[in-house]
Amino acid sequence: MSAGSSRESLSSGPNNGLNNRRSTVNRLSADNVTLAYDQRVIAEQLSVEIPDNSFTVIVGPNACGKSTLLRALSRMLKPSQGRVLLDGQVIQSMPAKKVARTLGLLPQSSIAPDGITVADLVGRGRYPHQGILRQWSTEDERVVQESMEQTGVAELADRYVDELSGGQRQRVWIAMALAQQTPLLLLDEPTTYLDIQHQIDVLDLCAELHEEQGRTLVAVLHDLNHAARYATHLIALRGGQIIAEGAPNDIVTAELVEEVFGLRCQVIDDPETGTPLVVPAARKAREQVKKDQVTKVAATEAS
Amino acid sequence: MKTAVKSEAKSAGKAAGKAGRAVRAPGGLSVRLDVRALTVVVLLLLAALAASVVLIGTGDFPITAGDVLRTLGGDGNAGQEFIVNELRLPRVLVGLLVGASLGLGGALFQALSRNPLGSPDILGLGQGATAGALVVIVLFSGNAAQVTVGALVGGLATGLAIYLLAWKRGVHGYRLVLVGIGMSAIMTAVNGYLLTKADLVDAARAVVWMTGSLSGRDWAQVWPMLALCAVLVPLVLAHARGLRMMEMGDDVSYALGVRVERVRLLLMLAAVLLTAAATAAAGPVSFVALTAPQLARRLTRSPGPNLLPSLCMGATLLVTADWVSQRVFGADQMPVGVVTGVLGGVYLLWLLVTERRAGRI
Repeated sequence: MSAGSSRESLSSGPNNGLNNRRSTVNRLSADNVTLAYDQRVIAEQLSVEIPDNSFTVIVGPNACGKSTLLRALSRMLKPSQGRVLLDGQVIQSMPAKKVARTLGLLPQSSIAPDGITVADLVGRGRYPHQGILRQWSTEDERVVQESMEQTGVAELADRYVDELSGGQRQRVWIAMALAQQTPLLLLDEPTTYLDIQHQIDVLDLCAELHEEQGRTLVAVLHDLNHAARYATHLIALRGGQIIAEGAPNDIVTAELVEEVFGLRCQVIDDPETGTPLVVPAARKAREQVKKDQVTKVAATEAS
Repeated sequence: MKTAVKSEAKSAGKAAGKAGRAVRAPGGLSVRLDVRALTVVVLLLLAALAASVVLIGTGDFPITAGDVLRTLGGDGNAGQEFIVNELRLPRVLVGLLVGASLGLGGALFQALSRNPLGSPDILGLGQGATAGALVVIVLFSGNAAQVTVGALVGGLATGLAIYLLAWKRGVHGYRLVLVGIGMSAIMTAVNGYLLTKADLVDAARAVVWMTGSLSGRDWAQVWPMLALCAVLVPLVLAHARGLRMMEMGDDVSYALGVRVERVRLLLMLAAVLLTAAATAAAGPVSFVALTAPQLARRLTRSPGPNLLPSLCMGATLLVTADWVSQRVFGADQMPVGVVTGVLGGVYLLWLLVTERRAGRI
């Protein structure tokens, strides 16, 4: 996993991204966007480049704007200022189906219609490739079969989606997004609500899609250790601003974690993969530090 | 991923699953046919036509089915021709068109709100159209044509009000249903007030109108309904694939390239027009819009909005209900709305119980 990260870290290392931003033309980028829901501003003047062929993971504390950024990148949310560019064009001005053939999204909330089978649901991913006179080609059939095989749900093809377990269901949704055959795939917290085994399972699948098929993946993840292990490019957000971006090996440090999440910790090498592993400091140690700070503040104020 | 190889042989060629068979022609043309749904549509159409023929033969002057068919073919005697072509055929056609419009309108609303309760009956469109009609009857003592216009305007205004009140960065299922229920309560109150203001003759006329009746409908009602359906039905069916995607939530369908808000606005407008026109033509025939899509769905057993089966189911239901009301209570004694109301009420109770058991409400 970590081997693939060297190329990206060269072009956009920590905090020097600004200088290189115009030199490499990536397919998907946000250019000085201000993101807001009604009047509530989530992020201002945010610029993000998604390196081509990367597995980019966006991390940050709750309400830091990571899902909002993903929604903007996938044109679900129109920036109130600035623009999101896909292949050099403003994403909102492109035909809906054309975008849907280039960029796929697996949102957090999706509803499986009552009584739909796995094969049917995966087949719906073919919508952007279809038309009123081209409803179900042999190509559609082949891609659906392939997508189900890649995600390991082919043998569930005739089962009803409501009968499946959470992990299987998430695989089915990923299969649907795959059937869309987009070079770019955005996933909003794909591991939430899954147990640890299925979390790893889904992340392995994402890594496979990235490595073997060369798709560009962008995911929002909650677990920093998962992010550090699987990402080739990490974007750390706080309060709607990028604190750091680059390869996990280069940017994940105890200082960064404290700055972004406000958590004291140690960062050690993951014994399995050698990627950074965040170990939160013990409760007592953190309390000690808090006390020290309080006494320090008190001392400076007194003097 | 490991299991993929094992299952490959088993599921090869079954990728189309239950959705049906694909029919392909050279040149890249391919159409997806759900065989079961198609069968349901054909059978329902036959049932609707059979019920229509029986209904035309029913009345103070009974005519046999054979004579009805002969007369419709232009081969009957003068008396039968007058009764069939001038009196009963337009009534049956209005029944078919009203039922079809209500069935389709109901299917659209239920799909857009993603809720079987999100039908025009519950959302207060019928009550809104009634209010429009009552205003004309009670305040202006208008004639039948003016009542129709009043009902149409009332229905459209109510639909617009629901859409605007439910709009909050897009219109969402539960919001739509809840706003609709509120709107329905307001309109019922308005109707009650208008009735108390009316004198006895107007009130009697209003009450008959409010129950929903097909008696006395003639060609003047057929043509506008037919024209409206001829425009709206193809338009709606052309957007059916987008609507099918929207079942999976706004985000997924948007990601798949459906222009969600545009399709929703267009289909909602079509559904409001269909419902308002049907109500204007026959009064608020209750529960057809609620039951037809659900019954159709149980027959086709396929997910998706089931637009065409719902349309056929609505037409069949309404004509059959009209026949029952004439047969059981004698010609024109019992408005058709009473029969659909009784049947639909029972169905609504059953729906509430099963939905509750499934944990959806």
